[in-house]
Amino acid sequence: MIKTKEQVSIRVEGGVMLAILRGEIDHHSALSVRRTLDEALCRHRPRLLRLDVSGIDFMDSSGLGLLMGRYALIKRMGGEMTLLSPTPAVLRIVRLAGMERMLKIETTQG
Amino acid sequence: MASYSVGDCGRAGLRLCNEMKIAMPSLSVNEGMARAAVAAFCVQADPSATELADIKCAVSEAVTNCIVHAYRETIGEIRIRVQLFEEAVIKVEIKDRGCGIEDIQRAKEPLYTTDAEGERSGMGFTVMENFCDGLRIVSRPGKGTSVTLTKRLRQRSRYT
Repeated sequence: MIKTKEQVSIRVEGGVMLAILRGEIDHHSALSVRRTLDEALCRHRPRLLRLDVSGIDFMDSSGLGLLMGRYALIKRMGGEMTLLSPTPAVLRIVRLAGMERMLKIETTQG
Repeated sequence: MASYSVGDCGRAGLRLCNEMKIAMPSLSVNEGMARAAVAAFCVQADPSATELADIKCAVSEAVTNCIVHAYRETIGEIRIRVQLFEEAVIKVEIKDRGCGIEDIQRAKEPLYTTDAEGERSGMGFTVMENFCDGLRIVSRPGKGTSVTLTKRLRQRSRYT
């Protein structure tokens, strides 16, 4: 099982937090990913969270819950969230939940 | 007993070609193992990458429901039976002996969840319904729930 530290990399620069997620996001792994992201969000309070999900091999609705929760948190902090390079599988489940209407999605690496 | 059925659950009388049964305790660490085991079984029917991803995701949702909702704070047994029928029809039954579902229609509503604190998206049954061709839910409150997912694979190669 992939450990959280290997599953999330975070870099903060000029009020922008880039979080790179890897591996499989399910109910089992989502909790530790959520803790890592929230700790960094509360510490740095960025104006923009860029969530790079290009390295996610699998994501179910627990991953949707993770995305929805982080979106709600960054909004409460007055910030914005962008989803970077979702794979077709991630994009499919995001669209199923109608989240593409809420989130800004960048389909190429930025 | 309450039940719900939608979509193409496969016609009766299809010849059973192969079958696998697995059982596991409702530990969250088993979610990945459950979907990987089902996917490994399905590979013999030569699914496309998208079909396999759909099955994995639907199975993950059903198993997570057993862990999060059916058994909640307890540990119980999750049984999975995967069947491959002729015409490349896959059926996956995920069964628990947990608390059951009082109102299946409500549980099925997109974004509905009884576990808001756990950041559940409430999209589990919506994913199962959209990623499979058929979905059947049978539940007895206090006795348990059985979810059957049916996926009809495009017959890309030899398997009939």
